[in-house]
Amino acid sequence: MLDPAKLRSLEDKAREVRRSIVEMVYRANSGHVGGSLGAADLVVALYYHLMRHDPRNPKWPERDRFILSKGHCTPVIYAVLADCGYFPKEDLCTFRRPGSHLQGHPYHVKTPGIEASTGTLGLGLSTGVGMALAAKLKGERHYYYILCGDGEMQEGQVWEAAMFASKYHLDNVIAFVDRNYLQTDGWCEQIMPLDPLASKWEAFGWRTCEIDGHHFVGIIGAVEAAKCERGRPVMIIARTIKGKGVSFMENSPAWHGAPPDREQYERAIEELDHGV
Amino acid sequence: MEYKQTRQGYVDALIELARADPRIVVLDADVSKATKTCDFEKVFPGRFFNCGVQEANMMSVAAGLALEGFIPFATTFGVFASCRAGDQVRNSIAYPKANVKIGATHCGISTGGDGASHQANEDIAIMRSFPNMTVLVPGDYEEARLATRAAAGMTGPVYIRLGRDQYPVVREIHGEFVIGPAKLLRDGHDLTIVTTGIMVSEGLEAARRLAERGIFARVLHMPTVKPLDEHALLEAARETGGIITAEEHSIIGGLGEAVTGFLSGVAPTIVRRIGVRDVFGQSGQGQELLDLYGLRAADIAEEAARLLVTAGA
Repeated sequence: MLDPAKLRSLEDKAREVRRSIVEMVYRANSGHVGGSLGAADLVVALYYHLMRHDPRNPKWPERDRFILSKGHCTPVIYAVLADCGYFPKEDLCTFRRPGSHLQGHPYHVKTPGIEASTGTLGLGLSTGVGMALAAKLKGERHYYYILCGDGEMQEGQVWEAAMFASKYHLDNVIAFVDRNYLQTDGWCEQIMPLDPLASKWEAFGWRTCEIDGHHFVGIIGAVEAAKCERGRPVMIIARTIKGKGVSFMENSPAWHGAPPDREQYERAIEELDHGV
Repeated sequence: MEYKQTRQGYVDALIELARADPRIVVLDADVSKATKTCDFEKVFPGRFFNCGVQEANMMSVAAGLALEGFIPFATTFGVFASCRAGDQVRNSIAYPKANVKIGATHCGISTGGDGASHQANEDIAIMRSFPNMTVLVPGDYEEARLATRAAAGMTGPVYIRLGRDQYPVVREIHGEFVIGPAKLLRDGHDLTIVTTGIMVSEGLEAARRLAERGIFARVLHMPTVKPLDEHALLEAARETGGIITAEEHSIIGGLGEAVTGFLSGVAPTIVRRIGVRDVFGQSGQGQELLDLYGLRAADIAEEAARLLVTAGA
């Protein structure tokens, strides 16, 4: 169980990470702020509580792996990796700049702590599933945490990977859908409806549960339960608010891929520091 | 003349490789009887993964296996590997330099009866446009076997182009296989015929026919289309003048354009391209389609004679 002090520290960390996301996208004048803010609690729960990893030894064979299949949300993973010490925090101000190791979408060749290159949607789930198969073949016991977007679920490749992971009984895969109901052009359910999403994953042979993606106790509980699953991969559908933490960015498709201007940036930081 | 399948050379090599190296695994997308990877499955059932009809997922899964230290050979037809799964090959494999080998069978017009939808005539163009990708186009069974072994021996993405039909065994191209260097099969000073893949037998036959007419053609075989052996090409251009390229692929984007693109910058040379013109194929027997689309020794020899007239004029 999560003690109150630990819970508070996760909440503080999530606030710091959100601040870092807004700053990174503002400085780069480019990047995906809404989805990154929305996924912050999930990524914080993983890196600061659930995952076994060692920033001083990024290639430690027994580490748990995290794969950002919704690859456009690099700000959230870069903020977390820098804070953990995978690379210097100063690097964050080179995000999306020529010569930087912090590319717009994850590129594991350059960035310490990034496990797989993703970007075009659907790739990350398949790659993670391939990695998980490799671990099974080698008899290794670590987990693969894969974060997908809900818009991403519209890609056919996602369902190919769903069948594959089920066929090979990859119970070392614990995936998330960041279910914020928004995608680039607007509301998912208008653009290409996904519900009932949980029953789709159930039908594909995955253990499925639905949680509040901003509630640490729920996130951690769902992952602990997922680890007890045998013979099936797990999909956790995490209800989130895109833009979470910055009032004027919340639930707004306008903040999918647009950077804040100076005034918006200052307001956002103010809100994150002191609450709305 | 003895005929054998290049795809069989690929799979025979995989079985040899897997015996010696536990990192070798094979993936297929429900065409294992056609690609011959079913032979691999019989010997190594635990190291064979049939992905079903999902080429896109297969390529990214292969990248994941490579990230964890395996050497996956992802196998399917060339049209699917290059077009259906082009995004996955580009972004999961080529961009991050994943140590994945792609075995693509049923390439070229000689795929035959399945018709245009299944005849990959554009795959070299697509694959060679991806940075980090090595492109191998072996000419017969034995060269396919050796190329597959060489692909396993290097680190990084490799595309291995194979056919469906039976193709002539060409003893001149056997022996050591090194990725990169062209193979000088026959020397000559009047012009150079540059071949890749199964066109090697046609190129050699064209040179023999030209010799009977007093025209002496050099034959340079390039089983590695990328990286291109620029040194051999420059030498050929300087020493023999005109160049004919011969490939069982579209004249757009393949060996012919690679050669032209390189030479035009350093030693402008007349280059004539033998290949499938800018058209889709059709159903027919493999060998009869090679006749119909102008991919024979006679076509190469005729073009060579015309080139010499142009060059002389």
